[in-house]
Amino acid sequence: ANKNWWMYATMAACQKLLRSSLWRLHCSVGLRLGTPALRSNRCFSILSDDEYSPRGPLLTTELSKATIAHKSDHLTPIYRVMDNSGKVLDSSQEPKLSEDSLLKMYRQMVTLEEMDDQLYKAQRMGLISFYMMCSGEEATHFGPAAALELEDMVYAQYREAGVLLWRGFTLDDCMNQCFSNHLDTGKGRQMPVHYGSKELNYQFISSCLSTQMPQASGYAYGLKLAKSKSCVMVYFGDGAAQEGDSHAAMNFAATLKCPIIFMCRNNGYAISTPVEDQYAGDGIVTRGIGYGMEALRVDGNDVLALYNATRHARHVAISEQRPVLIEAFTYRISSHSTSDEQKQYQDMDMVELYGSSLHPIRRLRGYLEQRGLWGREEEEALRGEARAQVRESMQAARRQLKPHIHNLFQDVYDKLPSRLEKQRREMMDHLHKYKDQYPLDLHEQ
Amino acid sequence: MAAARPSSVFQFASSRLLLGRLVEVFAASTTRSGGGSMLSMASRSSSSCVPGLRLPPVSRRFASSSSAPLYTPEPPPVEGEVKRMNLVESIRSAMNIVLEKDPTAVVFGEDVAFGGVFRCSVGLRDKYGKDRVFNTPLSEQGIVAFAIGMATQGSTTVAEIQFADYIHPAFDQFVNEASKYRYRASGTFHCGKLTVRAPYGAVGHGALYHSQSVESYYAHVPGLKVVIPRGPGQAKGLLLSCVRDENPVLFFEPKRLYRAAVEEVPVGDYELPLSKAEVMQEGSDVTVIGYGAQMQVLKNACSLAKEQLGVSCELIDLRTVLPWDEETVIKSVCKTGRAVVSHEDTHTGGFAGEISSTIQEECFLNLEAPVQRVCSWDTPFPLIYEAFYLPDQLRCFEAIKKVVEF
Repeated sequence: ANKNWWMYATMAACQKLLRSSLWRLHCSVGLRLGTPALRSNRCFSILSDDEYSPRGPLLTTELSKATIAHKSDHLTPIYRVMDNSGKVLDSSQEPKLSEDSLLKMYRQMVTLEEMDDQLYKAQRMGLISFYMMCSGEEATHFGPAAALELEDMVYAQYREAGVLLWRGFTLDDCMNQCFSNHLDTGKGRQMPVHYGSKELNYQFISSCLSTQMPQASGYAYGLKLAKSKSCVMVYFGDGAAQEGDSHAAMNFAATLKCPIIFMCRNNGYAISTPVEDQYAGDGIVTRGIGYGMEALRVDGNDVLALYNATRHARHVAISEQRPVLIEAFTYRISSHSTSDEQKQYQDMDMVELYGSSLHPIRRLRGYLEQRGLWGREEEEALRGEARAQVRESMQAARRQLKPHIHNLFQDVYDKLPSRLEKQRREMMDHLHKYKDQYPLDLHEQ
Repeated sequence: MAAARPSSVFQFASSRLLLGRLVEVFAASTTRSGGGSMLSMASRSSSSCVPGLRLPPVSRRFASSSSAPLYTPEPPPVEGEVKRMNLVESIRSAMNIVLEKDPTAVVFGEDVAFGGVFRCSVGLRDKYGKDRVFNTPLSEQGIVAFAIGMATQGSTTVAEIQFADYIHPAFDQFVNEASKYRYRASGTFHCGKLTVRAPYGAVGHGALYHSQSVESYYAHVPGLKVVIPRGPGQAKGLLLSCVRDENPVLFFEPKRLYRAAVEEVPVGDYELPLSKAEVMQEGSDVTVIGYGAQMQVLKNACSLAKEQLGVSCELIDLRTVLPWDEETVIKSVCKTGRAVVSHEDTHTGGFAGEISSTIQEECFLNLEAPVQRVCSWDTPFPLIYEAFYLPDQLRCFEAIKKVVEF
């Protein structure tokens, strides 16, 4: 690149050379030889007065031809496999999922829904401090999760617990984290739903939005250099997509050719802010072209469509070592969290609609029933079973002690620095003096 | 969010190669003659500004430029074959060793591919390939986040931020992500393989956006390490330790010493310990504490104190700002009873406050005088006033005098 800089800088300075036929000859020869600088979309292709430049954009004297309109009649279509009743619209698109997989998907979606319901109530009763539900977005968890392999690293935002369940995270694991007890893999350090698992290749959640996105790009680049046959998938919402980190993530991934799938859960809301206040363009998918990245839009309540889209994206990401963006249109039928009340801003008729006939679990059930894999009896049995399992798991988690208070000081660094050790001793001395004033009996001793 | 680069440089350079040369020239010229070089470029023959005004002759030296050296070479910190290197070369030597010995290691940032605006990565791309030594798009938040991700994946990641002044878009990634990564994952995930390097500090003409000291913002973040070397021999060993340390580390390089500091540096692989201050010279009367480029200023001030006041100063280079070696400092101040802390960073909220506070907590009964801080004034870093702004050797000398005469 350095060599070419000198070459063209010198040539640009020599006006006569620019107009000479010798220069024109070079251009036509150079262009055919595919000199890198001329091959790009940048202005170097204007070095020649030729209208036609094989790799660069056409030159035009009409401003409108050089304009990309701010509003288009052509919104990006939405890919789906099933209609709202679960009927497959085009049999060529029906994924080749085993019955076991399909049933596992359904069971886990129902279990997740049940867990959400009970943990929400637990928060309202003061048993846990906080909770976030995934209601209405279950398809965005299980479709992609089933399409990935366990070795694909997942970076999530906070509303993707189903991905973990699919990979083997148990109800107990969820409950232990939400109840911050000593069995929590996070040692009780974070708020509920901030799950993570090294074994299941799922990065720990941080509350910050979009910060995980460029990290995921970097992780993917590292996989590329290590010649791994896996990819990374990073989830983010319609709100998070507006952060600078989101832009950096996509730009880096495309420029540095990272094997990563960007999965946007466009659920219509960022707390109370509807998407109309979030962006003016046609959603997130249209950003793909801006980054030079393939982008797809999918019906986010159609678990089979999500499965197909992710399968495709994974194949592209790994075999071609480039990123793919998927925008999943879904709808958040719960409040943002237990600290939010959706009635203050959401259209409750829409909530009702998406909570019933458009619900992803209902649509998958329709598909399973049409295939003869499910029925009312199975449904009742599953609902009862899920309710009981969740309840039992919660009771067990409630009974466990919280982690030892030494865990307050561990893992800040790989080794405890002397100052922190000093502070720990100071805290212990203080607690020894005032033990009755602190909830020490809740913790492991 | 990275701001425009020095416009004067761009007036002269239309290509990146010329830019690199000019940065060298400016750095060299300013380091040799301090604030004088910029003034000397202005026209002096015509006093068209104010009739009759006698401008001082160019050759007169000021406190900021002075006859005291900008950097006195030190002996190599470890045994072995040595080579004369400046700070840039010593850092490049460290990165070369990292890339050579660790196949997962990568070096990246803005303009790193062609060698970096300060030439720290010259030759590395040719030697190690474009996958391992590369340019990123222009986004500091992206660079640091990408680096966190790569480090988490297990690659040894050395990311460069072009000027510490531009590191701020990455603040969220440092504070909310890198520093808390291990803590929130109970150690199952961490980004310990991350090292972020950035040039910091006064350079003679850097003004608001090419002179900042930013260590105080990051010294406040549990989970990060902050390391600042004072010269080439120290920089190489400390950088190698930073890269190999299993925690995310910020490594700030004093840019005014990039070319000005030259000494015999070991060519081999060696590490200097983190969180271990170095007593550069022993003394009995006053403990003088600092880090980075300020060490030479303090050395000069200590010499002045010896000559003019007969005061014996114990000079301590912290080397690591976070977690810092309070033990060495406390031991010294308990011995001398007097302390002067100095850094280029501004006064209020600067790291000297942390050091002073610790000294008064731990050495109160031994103190003969209040702890002095000598820092830059609490303003943005001004261009034409740099000579008046920085805590130079005379102000440091005055602080030593003050504690001794208290």
